[in-house]
Amino acid sequence: MSVNAEQPAPFGVRPDSRGRFGEFGGQYVPETLMPALAELASEFDAAWADPSFRQSFDHYLAEYVGRPTPITFLSRISQEVGCQVYAKREDLCHTGAHKINNALGQCLLALRMGKKRIIAETGAGQHGVATATVCAKFGLQCVVYMGEEDTVRQRLNVVRMKLLGAEVRSVSTGTKTLKDAMNEAMRDWVTNVESTHYIIGSAAGPHPYPYLVRELQSVISKEARSQFIELKGQLPDWGIACVGGGSNAIGFFASFLNDKGMKLMGVEAGGLGLSSGKHAAPLTAGSPGVLHGSFSYLMQDGDGQVLETHSVSAGLDYPGVGPEHSQLKDAGRVEYTAADDQQALDALQKLARLEGIICAFESAHAFAPLFSNPAKFKGQTVLVNLSGRGDKDMETAARLFEF
Amino acid sequence: MTLQKHLSTIRDSGEKSLAVFFTAGDQPLDQIHSIIEALADGGADLIEVGIPFSDPYGEGPTIQSSSMRSLLRGTTTALILEKLSEKKLPVPAIAMGYTNQAIQMGYSAYANRIKECGLQGAILSDLVPDEADDWLVAAQASQIATIFLAAPTSTDPRLEQVCSKSSGFIYAVSRTGVTGAENSAPLSVQRLIERIKARTQKPVLVGFGISTPEQVSMVCKHADGAVVGSKLVQLLNDTWDNGRGSKTVTEFIKSLKLATRNLSS
Repeated sequence: MSVNAEQPAPFGVRPDSRGRFGEFGGQYVPETLMPALAELASEFDAAWADPSFRQSFDHYLAEYVGRPTPITFLSRISQEVGCQVYAKREDLCHTGAHKINNALGQCLLALRMGKKRIIAETGAGQHGVATATVCAKFGLQCVVYMGEEDTVRQRLNVVRMKLLGAEVRSVSTGTKTLKDAMNEAMRDWVTNVESTHYIIGSAAGPHPYPYLVRELQSVISKEARSQFIELKGQLPDWGIACVGGGSNAIGFFASFLNDKGMKLMGVEAGGLGLSSGKHAAPLTAGSPGVLHGSFSYLMQDGDGQVLETHSVSAGLDYPGVGPEHSQLKDAGRVEYTAADDQQALDALQKLARLEGIICAFESAHAFAPLFSNPAKFKGQTVLVNLSGRGDKDMETAARLFEF
Repeated sequence: MTLQKHLSTIRDSGEKSLAVFFTAGDQPLDQIHSIIEALADGGADLIEVGIPFSDPYGEGPTIQSSSMRSLLRGTTTALILEKLSEKKLPVPAIAMGYTNQAIQMGYSAYANRIKECGLQGAILSDLVPDEADDWLVAAQASQIATIFLAAPTSTDPRLEQVCSKSSGFIYAVSRTGVTGAENSAPLSVQRLIERIKARTQKPVLVGFGISTPEQVSMVCKHADGAVVGSKLVQLLNDTWDNGRGSKTVTEFIKSLKLATRNLSS
């Protein structure tokens, strides 16, 4: 060991003044958006330091979202895997996923900034539903961009958004999934930037979004950390979350990042298998590049063109990932791996039949390593972030399981 | 002659510059020089060669579609630059693409290849001066111009940065929004041009939403030139037909170029 080997800088801190987590992040956007990003960063800083804003956020998290969400001991899965498995129940949030933590916080921020029109992109539809929900509650106009393919496979969430009064704009360009919905939302924002706030649903995009979304989602791990310590008198050995753009994972990792003894794992969508090329696992099988405003791991070809992704789960079907995950990967703080479609569907069935919990296809990825590699977790305590419930996926499940 | 000198000379002669954009590879790449010649024959003063990107979130539907068509043909950044280098270009030209393509090739290699193939500068649509330190070093080493965009929303300190870090010219965006003839340039662009001209002697060209001779002459009353993109991309797609439509293209450019002259009348 070098004598100069100092403590590594703590993780989960503010990005630097240029919005970088190490070398990742930044602001790669058209000039038109730069003033809006600067305004958003300073408004968020002011709000986050303002006790009345925090009080209001906490109030609605408790009264409207239903927080704190519980931790559930999964006894039969624990028996099957040979370790102690606990789930942080974000599926029990109002609207059925962690997405509302961020949508609520950004909606309160938009009100503070005096923006009356909200736009959002959505893949699985959970972020779209969460955004439509808070816009209904606070009386804001809401437009949600959704890839045409996703409007079909997550039809239920399209119905929910419409019922909530949002306008759902189907995006038929490119791959017709989350990536293209985000392209279209950015085009809307660059056109209507003066009247509109863009609620990005993931810990991706240009600074300050990755930081802002992490802060708003970190309520997950703040709760989980104290709940687990209260329950067991110590931290779990492992924390596991699925990673698409990475918002549930970064919120779930945030308060554990500097707990050196605790191992963290992020599970990406392996699709039809990494070797098939048909997957959505930029951290596991991609390389750094720029997409949607930040420098981060990306699925791309040698020319820098973004590759088409595949996952059974619409919410993970995205070629990029939030920049802080790239930093955590390169620093070795979080182990990133991938679970393929079949492994996720197997985990989904196990969770349903052994625990009576139907989780989202996305969340099922986080449970998959327990079954595909039980030896890794044998005898240890594992806390998995159960990021969302599976109602939205039941039409696809009926087809895949031939019910 | 440097790009800046070229555009300043046109300004000093009493007329304004016409810049035109097309997406490379939307037509077969081996016809790229014929396209450039047709544009030059019509009197284009500057050509922006669009390098297609899979996720062009600064572009409206016309350039998005042309980018997709080009990529489906197998176009790559390297192939475009290689094809351009085969022949001397009749008028000054620059590349217009997205940051990721330059990063993947490497900023230095990208700037070098741009220079080698006879282009005089480059625009990276999603690169703002704040993120451009490494790119500026590479571009200066290769002696190519770096053009940044100025927007109506840009604050004064941001305009200072755009003006000081741009070389060749300043690209003023006529309005908030993406490229495309669907939404035309507003009369209010005059204010932005004045704000830029209060800070720099460098030529100012206005783009986004300019598709007709009337619009060209409108912005040229205040700016040093106009950029027409989507309308040309559409025209090439509709009429180029392996060069059979080259006269139509040239005539269209002539009508635009005419609008950059005799502005006082």
